[in-house]
Amino acid sequence: MTASSPGSPRRRETPSWGGNPLRDPRDRRLPRIAGPCGLVIFGVTGDLARKKLMPAVYDLANRGLLPPGFALTGFARRDWADQDFTQVVHDSIKEHARTPYREEVWQQLADGCRFVQGEFADDEAFDTLARTIADLDRVRGTNGNHAFYLSVPPAAFPVVIRQLERSGLSAANGDQWRRLVVEKPFGHDLASARELQEVIGHVFPSGSVFRIDHYLGKETVQNLLALRFANNLFEPIWNRRYVDHVQITMAEDIGIGGRAGYYDGIGAARDVLQNHLLQLLALTAMEEPVSFAADALRTEKTKVLSAVTLPKDLETGTARGVYAAGWQGGVQVPGYHDEPGIRNTSKTETYAAVRLEVDTRRWAGVPFYLRTGKRLVRRVTEIAVVFQRAPHLPFTSTETEELGSNALVIRVQPDEGVTMRFGSKVPGTQMEVRDVNMDFAYGEAFTESSPEAYERLILDVLLGDPPLFPRHEEVELSWQVVDPVTEAWAARGKPEPYAAGTWGPSSADELLARDGRAWRHA
Amino acid sequence: MTELTGSTASEVAALIARERRRSGTGMLGMVLTLVVATDERGHYDALRAANDAAMEHPCRVIAVIPRAPKEKPRLDAEVGTAQRGNPGENVVLRLYGHLGEHADSVVLPLLLPDAPVVVWWPGDAPKDPGASPLGRLAHRRVTDAAACARPGASLRERLGELTDGDTDLAWTRLTPWRALLAAALDEPFDTVTGATIAAARGNPSAVLLAGWLRAKLGVEPAAKVSRGPGITEVRLSSARGDLSLARPDGERATLTRPGQPDRRVALKRRTTADLLAEELRRLDADEVYAESLAAAFPEKVPG
Repeated sequence: MTASSPGSPRRRETPSWGGNPLRDPRDRRLPRIAGPCGLVIFGVTGDLARKKLMPAVYDLANRGLLPPGFALTGFARRDWADQDFTQVVHDSIKEHARTPYREEVWQQLADGCRFVQGEFADDEAFDTLARTIADLDRVRGTNGNHAFYLSVPPAAFPVVIRQLERSGLSAANGDQWRRLVVEKPFGHDLASARELQEVIGHVFPSGSVFRIDHYLGKETVQNLLALRFANNLFEPIWNRRYVDHVQITMAEDIGIGGRAGYYDGIGAARDVLQNHLLQLLALTAMEEPVSFAADALRTEKTKVLSAVTLPKDLETGTARGVYAAGWQGGVQVPGYHDEPGIRNTSKTETYAAVRLEVDTRRWAGVPFYLRTGKRLVRRVTEIAVVFQRAPHLPFTSTETEELGSNALVIRVQPDEGVTMRFGSKVPGTQMEVRDVNMDFAYGEAFTESSPEAYERLILDVLLGDPPLFPRHEEVELSWQVVDPVTEAWAARGKPEPYAAGTWGPSSADELLARDGRAWRHA
Repeated sequence: MTELTGSTASEVAALIARERRRSGTGMLGMVLTLVVATDERGHYDALRAANDAAMEHPCRVIAVIPRAPKEKPRLDAEVGTAQRGNPGENVVLRLYGHLGEHADSVVLPLLLPDAPVVVWWPGDAPKDPGASPLGRLAHRRVTDAAACARPGASLRERLGELTDGDTDLAWTRLTPWRALLAAALDEPFDTVTGATIAAARGNPSAVLLAGWLRAKLGVEPAAKVSRGPGITEVRLSSARGDLSLARPDGERATLTRPGQPDRRVALKRRTTADLLAEELRRLDADEVYAESLAAAFPEKVPG
């Protein structure tokens, strides 16, 4: 495209894909490598940083996607020297990285590891951080480009963001960039989400804010877009004429673990339904975007989220539960109220289900059932599009007794892929039709080679590529869906107990039974 | 591995189906057929690499080994399932006598239905891969100039007979180098006025890299012989100074540019399985390879 003729002057002040003579849109072997930059992680001693972020950074380096001279800076209260931090990074990589350990890749990272000790309220610590980063620009050549990853409790967001502003860390000069990465939860209701946005928006422009919903970094979720919009097989039936209902499930087999302090008072609806499940709903139900550019994708997601309606009667249109002691997968586990740090009087739900509708021409009258819970039968996340039964069956009722509804299931985790469920004749002389599954597990079945969601997301942050990150408007719209539900729940009663290791409370089964349907045994 | 001697393709196909049923796995996960045109000496390593690459691209692997051309035509086959993380089958075909010239007749019935076919020559390859009996079956033909007896000459041969879908591992080996060089020019840099490539003597990748730089930058790259391994340095010159990417040890590289600190980056030589996995990611024509190959031998292009 841009084979510049020799001798012609080719000066560029700002890097751009079109201006680089070595870039060629036909050259699809070349991966996108981020330009010179560094990543600063706040809360670097936490689980997320150790188990996901640092390994993802290493895996990116191992795949050759990080720039030469990349720098990783940790910020935490712990009294560490650079070497201690480097050792922690090393250990976390050895234990959790997806790709094999290679000494030369580790050396590349280790040379750029820095640690800054301090409290978030401590001006001195942030001034030290500013000096550290200036120093990295000088010795590592990070060129003033830095991303700040807030892997800290949401309560600490405002103080960290104000400190970034005060110390001048949030300000980028000229070609440089400064980006902010925040993890969910983005507030705990609409009002707090707006407050948070006010704090963030005051310091970082919206294009520099990356909200991580790690589900959106998963291959299967991106494959959902390919499945729907690259094929002609599914889209014609992806509407109310053929779809009976949609079930979106995120089940966990674990309890709250050590997260009592965070989880109690938050609950399943705010923790999972508001973000992951509504994002999956948006991708499943949205219209075709005009392109896969960030804005086009977000426009469609925003449209569909604004069309989501709650059931008129929140009593019968939702279900909530809390796990009681029981046997989960052969292990005896305590109930939620027996978990350390949880009071007996807690009204927090660990299971939430809701029946939503999408008020558009495509989806009018098609219910979207969303459910999530802890201590369920097993760990599974899936989107099941369940089709209507054939309008006429030229078989006797006994012949089709075992025939259910056709379904297309997008398995998000753990066994990523797509399953199609349809009726097939049972071999033999009699006509008998029974449901069978057809499975697709391209690549994703081999989790070793399929990149972790955090790899993709961190790389996109460093490249400044935003399509996979929810925008603030989406966050607000999602709270508008969830707030009335949690308010109605707060106003009356307590969540219904369900035995650990089951598929949730009976009220959730009744929620579907009232419509003549049943949950899939995902 | 189950063996058949004095067999036919339909017997082999029946055996594959039987083995599948016995192991209880469907064939739906497989996305392509990888035909490995090899010999008795190379087939073990080639199959290992193919099955490792198949972790990312589940496929049926068919190794084709011509044997004793003077014997009476005969087909011996081995069939095995699920090797080294590849859910697809491994089929080893030994073709005796004249049958060696008609390998396509044996392979054709064994291809996965309606799935892409890739033929890989891990060692010496025919002069015109696209016109060879096996090459004609393929959507993509992968050769490896570095594994041929005369690397430079075999690259030159490819140029004359290039068919869409032809590619060479000497080109694949360049991807990390090219990625870093392209990323380096994403940053502001003066017009490139010259280039130098240092590499081990006879390294075919260095020849292709020179072609790429010539085609894209319009410069005349100078070649320097180094001790290797492989390519050891690429230097792009401009009026304001040089940008250099140097890898003396085959593992770690240093990126140097005027007025900026040196930057280290891991740039390890990759395994054959990694190279193959990259090749299988794209099955369409590689136009940039074709251009770079043509520019590597400017005297061969008419006009």
